[in-house]
Amino acid sequence: MAAIDFKDESAVVIVGSGAGGGTLAHELTRRGIKVVLLEAGKRQSLDSFSQVPGEAFTQLTWLDPRTQSGDWGVARDFPTLPVWHCKTVGGTTVHWTASAPRLRPWELRARTTYGNLAGASLIDWPIAYDELEKYYKIAELRMGVTRRNDMPGLPASNNFKVMYAGAKKLGYKQVHTGHMAINSVISDGRGYCIQQGFCVQGCKMGAKWSTLYTEIPDAESTGNLDLRIESAATRIEHDREGRVNAVVYRDGEGKEQRQKARLVCVAGNAIETARLLLLSESARYPHGLANSSDQVGRNYCHQITGFVWGIFDKPIYSWRGATLAGVVEDEVVNNPERGFVGGYRIELLALDLPTLPLVGLPYGWGRDFASILDNYRNLAGLFINGEDLPRPENRITLNSNVKDAFGLPVANVHVDEHANDRAMRKHAQGQMSKMYEAIGAKRVVLGPVPPATHNLCTARMSADPRDGVTNAWGQTHDVKNLFISDGSVLSTPGAANPTLTIVALALRQADYISQQMKAGEL
Amino acid sequence: MRNRIDKKTRGEATMSRFPDGQPDRRQFLKTTGLLTGWVAAGSSLALIAPAPARAWAIDLAALTSAEGATLMAAARTIAPHDKLEDAAYALVVRAIDAEAAKDERIRKVVRAGAAGLGNDFAKTDESARVAALKKIEASEFFQTVRLKTLQVLYATPMAYAYFGYEGEAFSRGGYLSRGFNDLRWLPEVPLEDSGPVPS
Repeated sequence: MAAIDFKDESAVVIVGSGAGGGTLAHELTRRGIKVVLLEAGKRQSLDSFSQVPGEAFTQLTWLDPRTQSGDWGVARDFPTLPVWHCKTVGGTTVHWTASAPRLRPWELRARTTYGNLAGASLIDWPIAYDELEKYYKIAELRMGVTRRNDMPGLPASNNFKVMYAGAKKLGYKQVHTGHMAINSVISDGRGYCIQQGFCVQGCKMGAKWSTLYTEIPDAESTGNLDLRIESAATRIEHDREGRVNAVVYRDGEGKEQRQKARLVCVAGNAIETARLLLLSESARYPHGLANSSDQVGRNYCHQITGFVWGIFDKPIYSWRGATLAGVVEDEVVNNPERGFVGGYRIELLALDLPTLPLVGLPYGWGRDFASILDNYRNLAGLFINGEDLPRPENRITLNSNVKDAFGLPVANVHVDEHANDRAMRKHAQGQMSKMYEAIGAKRVVLGPVPPATHNLCTARMSADPRDGVTNAWGQTHDVKNLFISDGSVLSTPGAANPTLTIVALALRQADYISQQMKAGEL
Repeated sequence: MRNRIDKKTRGEATMSRFPDGQPDRRQFLKTTGLLTGWVAAGSSLALIAPAPARAWAIDLAALTSAEGATLMAAARTIAPHDKLEDAAYALVVRAIDAEAAKDERIRKVVRAGAAGLGNDFAKTDESARVAALKKIEASEFFQTVRLKTLQVLYATPMAYAYFGYEGEAFSRGGYLSRGFNDLRWLPEVPLEDSGPVPS
């Protein structure tokens, strides 16, 4: 591993080591570019992943304080935890459930497809689908996505058999074990899935793709990576011409450090990415970096989610098996006759104990609440993953009333749901309930909306600089050598779980950055 | 083929073996309360408890025995599973006691809340306990007890045994050969919509 000097002005500094940052670090270092990778969390390993759900949550989750507001259910049900993502080397790829579907061509033209909807700030992507598809193919090979290339599908678990039977009864056609970034055979020096059901706690097999044990060690082996753990970026600085030239961060001892930079890429998950840009205000950029459009932090999307549980009179043991390996894709269409625009996916889901009563069930206590748990063996689970609509006022802002450990204002997450969001959730819950009822469920329980795990669009790509923060390569409209490299850049969320798209865009961005560097443009 | 999972990746653990929040027992030499009980033969706990150990006792650092009994009754009212051992609910009380021992403010909230329910709370019937808790549902005391009950009760080995939950499986080779696809009351999924079971 390289030791890059604090004053080395030739280094690319990447903030965050997850799907976007970790992939970008590998792509740049393998091209001979020196990279300092700042990660706020610690480094875990397959051995150190805790197998106690509560401990694993604490081990991996970003738990620094945040606040929230708005009318979404999360504000009521999980007031101290608006979003659930990771603070660890590998970022959220450590706890993700590895669903890796592509966006559909029409989803990249959301404004054109859905029209000018009141209360929404839709735009079309500045990238054509064909262009993105080239990188999807590379990403799918890199990540070992099932049912693509030579990677077979995952076998059907008990929980999936229930889902499959219900979906087929309803007439759904596109039902399978999903496009999962989980090895179904030995590949890439990693073993195959042994159906542990502990995807969210960190896959101790390493069968699930995570930058922690793929891209990052590969980047280290180039000799061009300087990974600094427990290094929390607090500010990006710029020179007199307005070009960024350093990242200020706190190291593990809380000591302030300053790393000089030729170029800065921010990939801290959509909440912290927006916060870091806003924290980096200066006389030249009084509203924060890359924010002349006033779009930083706005249009926050988190995708429509929610649990549906079916209680049967026979055992299912839903916890046995890959957590999310199952999908119905028939509802990923834009059919306004359903009462909303955009599509949604019906995905398989199981939760461990105690996560089920803590996160998966509607608030409650007493006999009725307990009776659901009494049926834990006979419980099957589903999850909605749908497209939510961007709204200008759904945004990340700095809350100066609450400070983090370094005395800096924390992020506030504000979400008011659009009527379209509610209509989609209701439709999805209805269809999922029908699936279970069609095969004899004794009872269907509609769970709450959990803390958001898909945080997107807070520094979105836009053709017109007034509509977003970056161009089609994630390069900020305002500052040429400042890039955004995570889910913040998605122009709209679509219905696909976002990691594959984040990786594809990071691969594409790496091509662009290295070409521009060679051409002397950066 | 490269081996991704090399010694370096496996060995670089930085997580403390001693997570924060373990109260230092030496600071609380004055134990104020004690909860005790017996394990019923044939119960879920008896299945997992070491054979001779049929009695359990939990000493409390911040709370009295009476307060402990009130909290235990509250936990059972919040999450009533009739055949689940008292010992599982006692672990909830121990967790609340540990927080109360660490944090003076929590201690005041818990003690005042328990006092509000009255000394006879644990002895009243379930409908009276439900009514009493409904009245204070919005209080910090109730919300603290509810959250701790869910966090602790459903994570105990007793609860795992009771609900049939088998927990982590990595140490036993996953569920691949231990029933992940043993459901037989529905049709099998065609291979083209699933995939081969690796062997």
